[in-house]
This record gives sequence, C-alpha cells and structure tokens, in this order.
Amino acid sequence: MTTAARYKSRVFKSEDSEDKQYVGFATLPNQVHRKSVKKGFDFTLMVAGESGLGKSTLVNSLFLTDLYKDRKLLNAEERINQTVEITKHTVDIEEKGVKLKLTIVDTPGFGDAVNNNECWKPITDYIDQQFEQYFRDESGLNRKNILDNRVHCCLYFIPPFGHGLRPVDVEFMKALHEKVNIIPLVAKADCLTPNEIKKLKDRVRDEIERFGIKVYQFPECDSDEDEEFKQMDKELKECTPFAVIGSNTVVEARGQRVRGRLYPWGIVEVENQSHCDFVKLRNMLIRSHMHDLKDVTCDVHYENYRAHCIQEMTSKLAQDNRIDSPIPILPLPTPDAETERLIKMKDEELKRMQEMLEKMQQQMHEKDTC
Amino acid sequence: MVLPEPGLRMEQNARSLTLSGHVGFDSLPDQLVNKSTNQGFCFNILCIGETGIGKSTLMDTLFNTNFENFESSHFEPQVKLRAQTYDLQESNVRLKLTVVNTVGFGDQMNKKESYQHIVDYIDTQFESFLQEELKIRRSLHNFHDSRIHACLYFIAPSGHSLKSLDLVTMKKLDSKVNIIPVIAKADTISKSELHKFKMKIMSELVSNGVQIYQFPIDDETVATINTTMNGHLPFAVVGSTEEVNVGNKMVKARQYPWGVVQVENESHCDFVKLREMLICINMEDLREQTHTRHYELYRRCKLEEMGFKDTNPECQPISLQETYEAKRKEFQADLQRQEEEMKQSFVQKVKEKEGELKESERQLQAKFDQLKRQHAEEKSVLEEKKRALEEEIFSFSNRRAAAELLNAQTLNLKKDKDRKNTGFL
Repeated sequence: MTTAARYKSRVFKSEDSEDKQYVGFATLPNQVHRKSVKKGFDFTLMVAGESGLGKSTLVNSLFLTDLYKDRKLLNAEERINQTVEITKHTVDIEEKGVKLKLTIVDTPGFGDAVNNNECWKPITDYIDQQFEQYFRDESGLNRKNILDNRVHCCLYFIPPFGHGLRPVDVEFMKALHEKVNIIPLVAKADCLTPNEIKKLKDRVRDEIERFGIKVYQFPECDSDEDEEFKQMDKELKECTPFAVIGSNTVVEARGQRVRGRLYPWGIVEVENQSHCDFVKLRNMLIRSHMHDLKDVTCDVHYENYRAHCIQEMTSKLAQDNRIDSPIPILPLPTPDAETERLIKMKDEELKRMQEMLEKMQQQMHEKDTC
Repeated sequence: MVLPEPGLRMEQNARSLTLSGHVGFDSLPDQLVNKSTNQGFCFNILCIGETGIGKSTLMDTLFNTNFENFESSHFEPQVKLRAQTYDLQESNVRLKLTVVNTVGFGDQMNKKESYQHIVDYIDTQFESFLQEELKIRRSLHNFHDSRIHACLYFIAPSGHSLKSLDLVTMKKLDSKVNIIPVIAKADTISKSELHKFKMKIMSELVSNGVQIYQFPIDDETVATINTTMNGHLPFAVVGSTEEVNVGNKMVKARQYPWGVVQVENESHCDFVKLREMLICINMEDLREQTHTRHYELYRRCKLEEMGFKDTNPECQPISLQETYEAKRKEFQADLQRQEEEMKQSFVQKVKEKEGELKESERQLQAKFDQLKRQHAEEKSVLEEKKRALEEEIFSFSNRRAAAELLNAQTLNLKKDKDRKNTGFL
C-alpha cells in the first residue's frame, strides 16, 4: 500500500465525523453544559435604595415570583431613627431543567432616617463578612462543600424625582464600587417622559464619571461576533443607567394579558421596550451577563479583598511576632524596617566592592597589555 | 391691605329692629370690595419639597405664567429659601404674589437641621410684621405683608407612606403656617395605590398630631364643597407647562408613550381641585387664618417672652401702659444696679491694686536691707583680709630686713676672714 492509501484508510477508520483529523474534544461544551445543569447555579443579588422606589416590585417582576408576601412596612414615625438592616430571601427556581438558587439581599431602612450619615456601613460590613467567610472556607482543609454567599451584583435604585444623583447616592456608590458590581437603575420610570428620561440618564452618566464611581462595565464583545450582536451590545451600553418599571399586577392590553400598570390615561407595559428598559435589564442580568457578573465578583472584587486581607495580616504579624491566626500564613513575612535597612546597606557595600574589583581587573589588564 | 379686626364684641343688650324701608347699608360689602380691589391683594406661598419634585412647575401651572426658575443642584450644604415676588393681574384684580421655594431640602446626609431654616424664615416674617405693629408711627395699610399665607408641602410619590423628614418638618410647622400637603408627580401612582396612599398619609398625620389646614365649613355657601374637598386631601397633582393636542384642543399635559396625562382632567389628577380650593375659594380664608391664628400665636409667645402679660398675679387685667411702666422701672432699676456693681468692682479693683503696690514696696525694702547687710558683711570680711595681708607684709618685710642683715653680716664676716687670710700671707 502506498503511504497515501495507508493514510486514507486510517482516516476512514474513525466513524464519528467527516473531518480529516477528528479528535473529539469539540464535545467539551456539551459536557460542560451537562455537568453544570447537574450541579445547578447560584446567584446573589442585592437591591439597595430608599423606601418606596419599587425595589420589591422589580424583583418580583424580574423573577416572576412573589418573594415579599408577608412583609411589614414601617411608618414614617418609626423610620426617623431607623438603622439599616440586611435581610435575605433565598428561593430555588427551575427552568427547563436548569436549577438556580437565587438569594436576594434586601437593605430596608437605607436612606430613610433623618440622619443618614454612614448609612451604608451595615451593607459594606455584610459584603466584607461574606468575603471573609469565603476566604476562610477556601483556605480551610475540607473544601468540599463551600457555600458561596458572596454578593454578585447590587442593583442601586436612583429616584426619578430629582435632577440627578444626590449626595446619599454618590456616597453609597463610592463606598461600594470596589466591593461589588454596581448596576445603577432609574426607578419608577413611568413618571418621566422620553425626553426627561434621556436628560436624566445623560446627567447621571456624567455625574458617575465626574465623581469617579466605577459601576459594572459590560465586557467588550469579541471582534468575531456578528453585527447584530455587536449592535445590540452597543445599544445596551448606551442605555445605562436603565430606566425601569415594575409591576405586581397583570392587566389586559391590546388583547393580551401582560404585566403592567393601569392608569386612567393608558396602560404601561413592563415588557414593552418603548415604555421602559425592563427587558434590557432582564436580558442583561439574567440571560447574558449573569455569569460574567459572578466572574467579575470572583476575579476582581474578591481577589482585591483577599490580597488586602493577606497584606494586612502579614504586616500585623511582623509587628506582633507571634499571633494566633485562624488561617495558615505563608512562611515569608515581609521584612520590617530595620532588616530592610541592613539589607540595603549590605547591598550597597557589595556593589561598591564589585566596582572596585572591576577597576582592579581593568588595571591588571592594562598592565598586562603594557 | 384691609385686615379683619381681631373680634368685634357685640353689645349684649342690643335689640334687633326691623327696617321699614330700604336704607342702603347692604352696599357695605361692595364698598369693602371696591376699596380692597383698588388697593390690590397680596398672597405669599411657601413651597417645601425635595429638589426636582416639581415645585416650580406646579406654581407655573397654577398661575398660568412662567416664573423665573432656576434648576438647583442636589449638593447644597444647607437648606436655603428663595423668595420671588411678582405682580399679576386678572380682570381688574391685582395680586402681589410672593413664591418662596426651598433650595436643597432633603438632599443633605444629615437632615436634622433642615426644618430650622424654614421655621426661622416664617418667624422672621412674623417678626417684621410685629415690629411694624408696635411702631409709634406705623403705616399698616401700606405695609407689604410678607407673612406666609399658605404652605404647600410636596410629598414624594413613594406609594407607601410619608418619609421621616416629612413628618418631622410638618410637625414643626403646623402651628406656624397653614399646611396644605400635596402628592407631587402623581402620574406615577395608579388609582388603587393612590387611595391607599392618601389614607396612609392622613392616618399618619392624625396619629402624630399634625394639624394641616382644613377648608372652612362654617360658611354655608362653600361648606358643602369644602367638606367634600377636605375628604380628598392630600391632593395628588401633576404639573406641566407644555401643551399637547388632545381631541383638537391644546391642553396642558404630559405626553408619554402609553398615553397623555391631562393636567386639568379631574379623573387624571387633583390639580383642578387644588386650584379651586387654593385660589378660587379659600385664598382670603387662608390670609385670615394666618393673621388671626398663626400670627396671634406668634405675637403672644413673643410678648410673653419679653415679659408682658395680660393679667397680673391677682388675675386682674392690666393694660399695656401699666406693663410698659413696670418694665421701664424694672429696666431703670436694673441699670442702677449694674452701675452700683460696676462702682463696687472698681473700688475693689483699686484696693487690690493698692495692696499689691504696698506689698511690692515692702518686698523691695526687704531686699534693700538684705543687700545692705550683705554689703556690710562683705566689707568686714574684706577688712579682715586686708588686715591679715598687711600683717603678712609687715612680717615679711621684717623677715626680709632680718635676712638682709644676716646677709650683710655674713658678708662682713667673710671679708674679715678673707682679709685675715690674706693678712697671713
């Protein structure tokens, strides 16, 4: 048999495909898909903003459930000196065999008291606590069942009644932008005409840039994506912050039953793209970028926290010499000031000696040549 | 400006008579009206609400004009008040309207002091009126009354209840001004939510003892409509200066993708109710209430603070004159007392200074004596030394003389010896 023939026969032996050099790892995505469906997903979403901006209604609309059946709202009198609480609701929802463990972290009382100085502190403390717990679990000996309670995304509701961001909004976002992915939203957008929405969005985007707030940025799409996708992505980016409307009720509009709000002058449909950006938010949050939000949380915010934590701990160690720490520390502490100085001196000495040596060598060399 | 007098007391023993013909004093109200129309009316509104809630737009819509409006920033460090006065005219009636807006209300992180500026502003207006009243030469009919007649408090349409800031502020203001709460930007609340929201607001106000302005029901001509309107409080309003074409008419409205909110449509919002109540029917009552209730309360508190009373400790009424006299005496006595005190303290100070000077004189004297003694001591010591030295010199010179003598003697002896020796030779 000639080499060509032998080659041909070898190729025709494989039965799975028509390609010349088929190995089989093209099925990897399917395997990943299968395994992930089996494992299930989890997602932690935080909602923050003043009372009465429609946070609970929006969450219900996003996930098409009623998470807030028996909640009790406080009176104005009780809210004068209220402190911020953190409440968690966890639900298990399933769609087409894919299971999602969804945790919604609520922040009742934020911005409601008369004196709101440092009202975000309980929230930053909570986020740090979750990071710390994950850090400990990750560094522990038995890592089989780590619960990931880290907050993956924070939806911040901006009231539409003003001219832009208020001091409390700026302070909150600045305190949290390096700990969690912040997605600012314009709440109750049905009180703004399309012109007013555009003006407010431009204003808010300007102020976010001016104050140096780092909100969640959509990842750039690959250059080999198709035009339609790129166009959608561009539109999405220009639409931030999303102006959203939520609804707990279903109304009849244009012959269909849709989620909406019934007014004497018309019906606002939550899922109508010309009425509000709810659909864009839902697509972005759930359908396309949920996993990216988790990745950014793990790769950026958590890593920052972890590095910061370790640095603090090792510098503390050098000061205290022996400290009982709950997690194992790397055996190389950063040197303190004294040793550093000595090291520097020795370095300089060595350098000087080397220079002298070189000079002497040169001299000898010259002598030789002479 | 025509002010109603604080309560005409009707004579108890007046008989009522029937007239046998037409006298003509039924034209009195018309005379009053003519006079006040010629003078012109004055009305001051205070609008309290968060930045951007729609205060200026509502004022524009209510009075169908375009007041000069500035868009405020959210970053004011403190609450301020901005007052603007306008002259308006409708048919032959002139109105001097002052609109006072809060700037930066509700924006600060710590809103504990937010109400204070508003309270101070209202008190200042009362104070200036009080000062004018108490003047010796006063011209009340020419005086520009700047007291706030109505306060529109704009509630944000959260749909749940009042905010804590709203409650705190309204409690501080309810005894100083007629508060009319309105729900702003009401086109974001649906009908069912609105009913619940209004009930919640009113129940919160009642349970916290906040007294908002109630439209008067004692006048039969307007009692029915006022009672109905009282039940619709707080009014849910929408403001707009833009006009939209609805069914061949240009009406004030807001155009949304899902419909058009017409400002003057009673099934859309309560704007028409507010306009009727505030301007058409009860404007004069608001002014009257401000003068007879809020201003009188302020005046009473202020004068009581200064020490004036209507009755002395034996519960007999005393006139202002007596009080003035008493006050003057008190003031004089006080002055004298202060003078005495000053004299006393002056004398005291002089004595102290004298004492101090004496003391230092004594000290100097003592020092002088001491130094003198020291001087004498040293002198005697030196004398001793001098004597000792002289003795030494004397003895030394003696010794020297003795030594020289000895020397001379030994020299002579030597000479003799030498001579003797040479003599032998």
